[in-house]
Amino acid sequence: MLSYVVRRLLYSVVVLVAASVLVFTFVSVSGDPLAQLRITPNLSQQSVQNVIDRKHLDDPIPVRYWYWAKDAVTNEFGTTLLGDRPILPDLWRVMKNTLQLVFIAEILAILIAVGIGVSSALRQYSVFDYTATTVSFLGLATPVFWLALMLQVLVVQIYEQTGHRIFPVASLNSVDPGSGIHFVLDRAHHLVLPVLVLMVASVASYSRYIRASMLEVLNSDYVRTARAKGLPESRVTMKHAFRNALVPLVTLVGLSFGTLLGGAIVVETVFSLDGMGLYFVNALLANDPYPVMAWLMVTATMIIVFNLLVDIAYGYLDPRVRYE
Amino acid sequence: MSDRVPPATDGLAAGADLSGPSLAYESGMEVQARSQWAYVRMRFFRHRLAVASLVVLVLIALVGVFAPQLAPYGYDEIDLENTTRSPTLDGWHLFGTDQLGRDYLSRVIFGIRTSLWVAVFVALVSTAIGTAVGAVAGYYSGPVDNLLMRLTDLVLTVPGLAVLLTASVFFGSGDPLKIGLILAILFWTAVARIVRGLFLSLREKEFVEAAKAAGASDLRIIVRHMLPNCVGPIIVNTTLVVAAAILVEAALSFLGFGIQPPNAALGKLISDGQSEGFELWWLVTFPGLVIVIIALCVNFVGDGLRDAFDPTQRRIRA
Repeated sequence: MLSYVVRRLLYSVVVLVAASVLVFTFVSVSGDPLAQLRITPNLSQQSVQNVIDRKHLDDPIPVRYWYWAKDAVTNEFGTTLLGDRPILPDLWRVMKNTLQLVFIAEILAILIAVGIGVSSALRQYSVFDYTATTVSFLGLATPVFWLALMLQVLVVQIYEQTGHRIFPVASLNSVDPGSGIHFVLDRAHHLVLPVLVLMVASVASYSRYIRASMLEVLNSDYVRTARAKGLPESRVTMKHAFRNALVPLVTLVGLSFGTLLGGAIVVETVFSLDGMGLYFVNALLANDPYPVMAWLMVTATMIIVFNLLVDIAYGYLDPRVRYE
Repeated sequence: MSDRVPPATDGLAAGADLSGPSLAYESGMEVQARSQWAYVRMRFFRHRLAVASLVVLVLIALVGVFAPQLAPYGYDEIDLENTTRSPTLDGWHLFGTDQLGRDYLSRVIFGIRTSLWVAVFVALVSTAIGTAVGAVAGYYSGPVDNLLMRLTDLVLTVPGLAVLLTASVFFGSGDPLKIGLILAILFWTAVARIVRGLFLSLREKEFVEAAKAAGASDLRIIVRHMLPNCVGPIIVNTTLVVAAAILVEAALSFLGFGIQPPNAALGKLISDGQSEGFELWWLVTFPGLVIVIIALCVNFVGDGLRDAFDPTQRRIRA
C-alpha cells in the first residue's frame, strides 16, 4: 500500500512537470500579453521595456520556462504581469471559497443522487423511475449558466411581485460580518442558489449511474442467494445490495471533480462569488498569463491529489482491489 | 457500406425450413434478407422517443439552414418603435424584443444556425481525429498507445472548460470556425479512448488473424475489417459530442470568450439578454430553452442509437 502511494506520488510529480511544460508553452506561444499595453497612449516605450525586462519576455521560451518554473517553486508563482501583485495569497483566498462551494454541492449531490438512484432501481419502470429518468435527462441538457440565470430571474420576479427577498442573487461580500451562528447562517443563505445550480448536473449523472449499478447488483447471484436464505427483503437491499452498489460511485466522483471545478467557473461568474472561477475569468479578461498559469497548475495539483485519495479509498472499499 | 455486410439470416425462417414441409416459401411468402443496417434502422424506429426527437432536431436544423429566409426580421435590425416588448403575436415578436427593438425570435433563429453548425463541425472533426489516433494506438499498441494514454491523462488533470477558455483568449476568438477547432481539440481524446479500447479487443479476433494470414496490409485490416465493427459506438459517441459541444460552446460564448458579433450564437444572446436586466426575462429565457431542447433531443437520439446498435443491451441506461 505504502509503496503504491509513493509510486503514484512520483508519477504525479512527473505528470505535473509535463503539465507545466505544456501549459507554459501553450500560453506563451499563443499570444502577446503586452499587446494591449503597446497600444496604450501616453505610455513610454521605457515602461513597456521595463515589464519585458522584469518578466524576461525577450528570451527564448525554454529560458522563460526556466525562470517561470523557478519562480513557481521558490517564490510562490511570483507576481502578476503588471501590478506586481503576489499571486498565491489571492489564490489561497479564493480557493477556500470555491472548495466550500464545491464540497457542499458535491456532498448534497451524492446524498440526493443515492436516494433517487436506489429508489429508481428498487421500483424499476415505475412512475417514479420514469420521472427521475426524464428529470435527469433534462438536468444533463440544461446549461449551468442558464439555470443560474433563470433562478435569478425567478427570485427577482418574486421580489417585484411580493417584496420578499428570498435569496440573495449575487456576491458573498454582503455576508453579515458578525461572528458565530449569524455568520454561518447568512453565508449558507448566500450559498443556496450557487450550490443548487452546481448540484444539478452531478445529481443527474450520479443518479443514473447509481440506478444502473444498483440494478446490476440486485440481479447478481449473491443477492439471489441472500433471498433464497430467506432474509427479509429490506435486509437484502440495504445490507447486501446497497453497499456494493455504491463502490463504483467513488470512481465517478473522483473523475468528475475537474468537471465540477469547470462548473464553478460558470457559477461563480454568474453569482459573482469571490472564488477560483471568477479569479480565473478575471485573469483571462486582463490578458495576464501569470495568474492563468498559476491557476492551471494549482488546479491540476488539486485534481491529482483528489484522484489519488479516491484511488486509495477505493482500495479500502473494494477488497478485490489489490495494489501491487 | 450496407451491401458489404453479410445479410443476417432470419432465424425463424431458417428454423421453419427444417421443421417440415408446411411453411414459409410453400405458402408463397418470401423471406426477406435484411442487412445489419436494416436491423439497426428497425430497432431505432421502434424507439418512439428517439424518433420524435430526431424529427424535432431535423426541424430545428432546417430552421437554422433557412434562417435568412425564415427569420421575420434581420439579426441586427433595430426598431426603436418596438423596444422591450414582451412576447407577443403582434408583429411576430414571439420571443419579445430588447432595448434596441431587435426581434429575439429572429436573433434566436440566426443563433441556432451558428451554434448547430459549430456543434456538428466539432463532432465531425473530433470523431475523425479521435478515430484515426485511437485506431493507430489500439492496433499497434506500443509507443503510440503509450503516448496517447499519457496525453489523455494530462488532459484529465485540468478542467476542460479552463483549457478552452485559455485557448480562446490566447488564440483569439470570435470566429465560429476557430471556436469549433478549439472545441475539437478538447473532444477528440474521448473518441480516441473509445476506439482504442475497441481495437484492443478486436485485434485478438480470428477474422483479423485470417486477414493477416491472407496478406492484407495493416491499412486494409484497419479500414476494411476493424473499423466497420466500431461504427456503432463511434456514431453514438459522435451524437453525444454534438450535445456536449452545444452546451460548452454556449458557456464559452456566454462568458464572452466564444463566438462574438457579428456572428450570432445562442450563448451570446443569453449574456446580451442578461445585461439588459432581469425585467426583460424573455431575452434570457428563450435562447436558453432552445439550447435545452436541442441538447435534450440530441441525447435522446444518441440513446436510441445506442440501443439500436447493440442488440444485446439490457434495458438499463446508465
